[in-house]
Amino acid sequence: MSYSPWQKAEVPGTKRGIPLQRPEVLSAILKKSKRPILIVGHKSVEMAIKDKKLIDYLIDLAKTSRIPIIATAHIIKEFSNRDFENVTSMPVMDIANRLKDPDWKGLDNLGPYDLALFAGLPYYMEWLILSGLKDSKSLKTISIDGFFQPNASWSTPNISSSKLGDFLDDLIRKLGVN
Amino acid sequence: MWWHQILVKRKNIELNIKELNSNIGLMKDFKLSIGAVLEKAKEEEVGPTTCPSITDLRDWDMKLLQRYKPFYMPFCDLCCLCTFGKCDLSDGKRGACGLDKEAQQSRIVLVACCIGAATHTGHARHLIDNLIEKYGRKHPIDIGGTNIDINAPVSELVTGIRPSTLGDLEDILDYLETEITHLLSATHTGQEGDNFDFESKVFHAGMVDQAGMEVADIAQISAYGFPRADPDASLVDIGLGAVDVVKPVIMIVGHNVPPSIGIVDYLTENGLYENVEVCGLCCTAHDITRYSPKAKIVGPISWQLRFIRSGIPDVLVVDEQCIRADSLVEAKKIGAPVIASSPKNCLGLKNRTDDSADEIVNDLVSGKVEGALILDPDKVGEVAVRTAMQIAPKRKKFKVIPNLDELIKQANKCTQCDECRRACPNDMRIPEAINQAAKGNLKKLAKLYEECIGCSRCENVCPNELQIHSFITKAAEKIMKEEKYKIRSGRGAIQDVEIRRVGGPIVLGEIPGVVAHVGCANYPKGGEEVAEMIEEFARRRYIIITSGCAAMSAAMYKDKDGKSPYEVHSGDFDAGSVLNVGSCVSNSHIAGAAIKIASIFAKRKLNSNYEEIADYIHNRVGAVGISWGAMSQKAASIASGFWRLGIPVIVGPHGSKYRRMLLGRKDNDNDWYVYDARTGERVYGGPAPEHLFYAAETKEEAMVMTAKLCMRPNDTTKGRAIKLTNYIDLHKRFYGRLPDDIELYVRRLSDIPITMKDEVIRILDKKDWNERIIPDPTLLPRMIRKKGQKK
Repeated sequence: MSYSPWQKAEVPGTKRGIPLQRPEVLSAILKKSKRPILIVGHKSVEMAIKDKKLIDYLIDLAKTSRIPIIATAHIIKEFSNRDFENVTSMPVMDIANRLKDPDWKGLDNLGPYDLALFAGLPYYMEWLILSGLKDSKSLKTISIDGFFQPNASWSTPNISSSKLGDFLDDLIRKLGVN
Repeated sequence: MWWHQILVKRKNIELNIKELNSNIGLMKDFKLSIGAVLEKAKEEEVGPTTCPSITDLRDWDMKLLQRYKPFYMPFCDLCCLCTFGKCDLSDGKRGACGLDKEAQQSRIVLVACCIGAATHTGHARHLIDNLIEKYGRKHPIDIGGTNIDINAPVSELVTGIRPSTLGDLEDILDYLETEITHLLSATHTGQEGDNFDFESKVFHAGMVDQAGMEVADIAQISAYGFPRADPDASLVDIGLGAVDVVKPVIMIVGHNVPPSIGIVDYLTENGLYENVEVCGLCCTAHDITRYSPKAKIVGPISWQLRFIRSGIPDVLVVDEQCIRADSLVEAKKIGAPVIASSPKNCLGLKNRTDDSADEIVNDLVSGKVEGALILDPDKVGEVAVRTAMQIAPKRKKFKVIPNLDELIKQANKCTQCDECRRACPNDMRIPEAINQAAKGNLKKLAKLYEECIGCSRCENVCPNELQIHSFITKAAEKIMKEEKYKIRSGRGAIQDVEIRRVGGPIVLGEIPGVVAHVGCANYPKGGEEVAEMIEEFARRRYIIITSGCAAMSAAMYKDKDGKSPYEVHSGDFDAGSVLNVGSCVSNSHIAGAAIKIASIFAKRKLNSNYEEIADYIHNRVGAVGISWGAMSQKAASIASGFWRLGIPVIVGPHGSKYRRMLLGRKDNDNDWYVYDARTGERVYGGPAPEHLFYAAETKEEAMVMTAKLCMRPNDTTKGRAIKLTNYIDLHKRFYGRLPDDIELYVRRLSDIPITMKDEVIRILDKKDWNERIIPDPTLLPRMIRKKGQKK
């Protein structure tokens, strides 16, 4: 496991995210969060993990933890193709811009989110968006696609797709049990 | 006694006194103009902002910035520009100078845009100096004969100067250079401290940049006889396969064309053009085909390394901008001498400008020197041609691309460490491809060719020093040799008569939009995506304008009949056309077309009337810029010139690295109110356009957003219905459903596309939608027309 940025030159400044090494930690963070949201980029459809795609794991995660999903780019169609409709489509720049705003009331108008999970975006785009959000006082961020994001509050390290699959399987199992 | 505004220009003086209270009496709104400005003032009423200072358009900028607030994505938490050392700006901290993170980020954006504006303006200055020396200060500006009355819409809008000779362009440059100096000085430690004010200056840099580009292009069109607003400019060859490798080959790279003109002139004057191949990359290549349709374009800037390593060039001539800094190193590997021809890019070479051509040629051909700096374009022409002809038989197209056996042998040294992939901007699966290559299968390597942007970062990090970029080039050898396409040579400006013809349909929305594909070749998935987007929107009868590397990428994909977009579509400024305006500096004609719609079609005063013209464009002209592979600081300043005119720009995902977006919030209704110029009432105009600067993640997202960003508050119901048809249709195709914001764009029932009526009305009913008025929109209170009140 490696805690350097996946794209090695993408070093941040003084604030660096904490590596998420165990699913238990993420499970605990998710349970503590009152208003989490999961942002899913188009690469989740391309990223193969074991015999599935990343998007399939993320749908299972959302079903188990009841976290609302925002599908960025054009991939809401992919959720429909998988008969998962509890998802909102929004460009990643728009959701990032709204998350930055402490007064945004969220998709359901019930108040701001306190935790944003990211997965499946182009690495550098996610890096920059997390940089834009990293000084937020009311929002924590997590990257969960197996490429270490130093600007996130927590991030999975650089791990192989099969290890990421194990991590997500374990996480979903733990969330389901409780 | 106090003075509100004094503007003194070098050759002309204009004095504006708002109020002067002296012992003689009280004087109000006194204006004195001496010289050229007075002369122009006789021809057309002068607007309020002649040669605006860095604060004169600040109010307009703030209107835009209140609606499209910056979203910052810093590369770093730190500022490291002064000897206070690195200051940590995270978590709301301020640096030792007092600057916070947002201001620092906007400061960096301003630095980038100053670099871009200075580059184009410096390019223009060098070009004008060269052309004046050759053709004289009184050489007339003519960019379209009788088809064009307004030669320089951007410059006239900004400076009030309507140039008629090359010498007039010097006056414009004087102003632009002053502004760039002020703008750059604002980034010094202890100067500007507010991020919105930095952003306003970013807009100013963009405006300056547009004028600088215009000066450069109208000068070269006029002096060199490039196509003059010609929709039928020649179709020329593009692609590596189009280059005749049997001949001595001169490769030109860069943006400032005089040295390349020197080459073509020498060949022509000495009857040698049939014996030597002249081909180029990037904008110099565009411009040399505007001068000589026999010249060829190899491709966009990302083809530079692969073309050099192919061994085809016998001589490499570089001028300025976007040239690889290691071009001398790379050329040396293939034994091709380099001629540097710009003071901005000397490459460490000895200045041989004053040496005889014989001496320089002898030294280059014998290998005594690996290159020469020659700052005389005509001498560059002679030396390049003679050197190419003499060295070609010796070089025998020596290349550094490995043969198959060598490639496989080298690939077996790969340890699968992933360093190459982790350095690749596009995260290409290079290790997997090398692994396959080691087993003799080059298919995966060849597949990388299309997506490779030619940066060679993979090679630089490889611990085993594998020449990965050369491997990819070898694997795609067959593809490269088959690259042979047609591109229409840069036509230059848009004719006034074309503006008259389509101005109405554009402003009313019946032509759904003007989409400009511009910029560099830093694509996320290859240039084919540009071609796809262009074809989709041309088919939908948008007007498609291209320039620079994007224009080349569009040409390099054929339809099922084997034709490029330029062969299929007309080069007119009209619905369904695909027109290439030319090089980077030709981008000014895109802004110029939007300005001319306001000026010629809508008869808004042009001279020094920036705010009103921008307000018109922002609210009425459905134009969108797309820079899918934006990479450079020049691309940043080009975009910022469009922002100040209120024209939205979409960039590809790599464009997020400009580190700041300008994003609207359609969920904040208050942001989208405009004045109805008929009544003075503030009315909801809808989020149109929704964003000013926006990075899309995928081409599908970009296409849907393009259709949406073409909507304007002024659209007629017929026009809005056409625009909505495209937006909804593309959304359904790519997203598999209707957009969730239709109610914001349907103002009246008659806006709804007839074929979509039922499904749209169902949505509107669910959202408690009500009809609203279609305003005569403006953001400027002074544009309100009340009874008996003049504009």
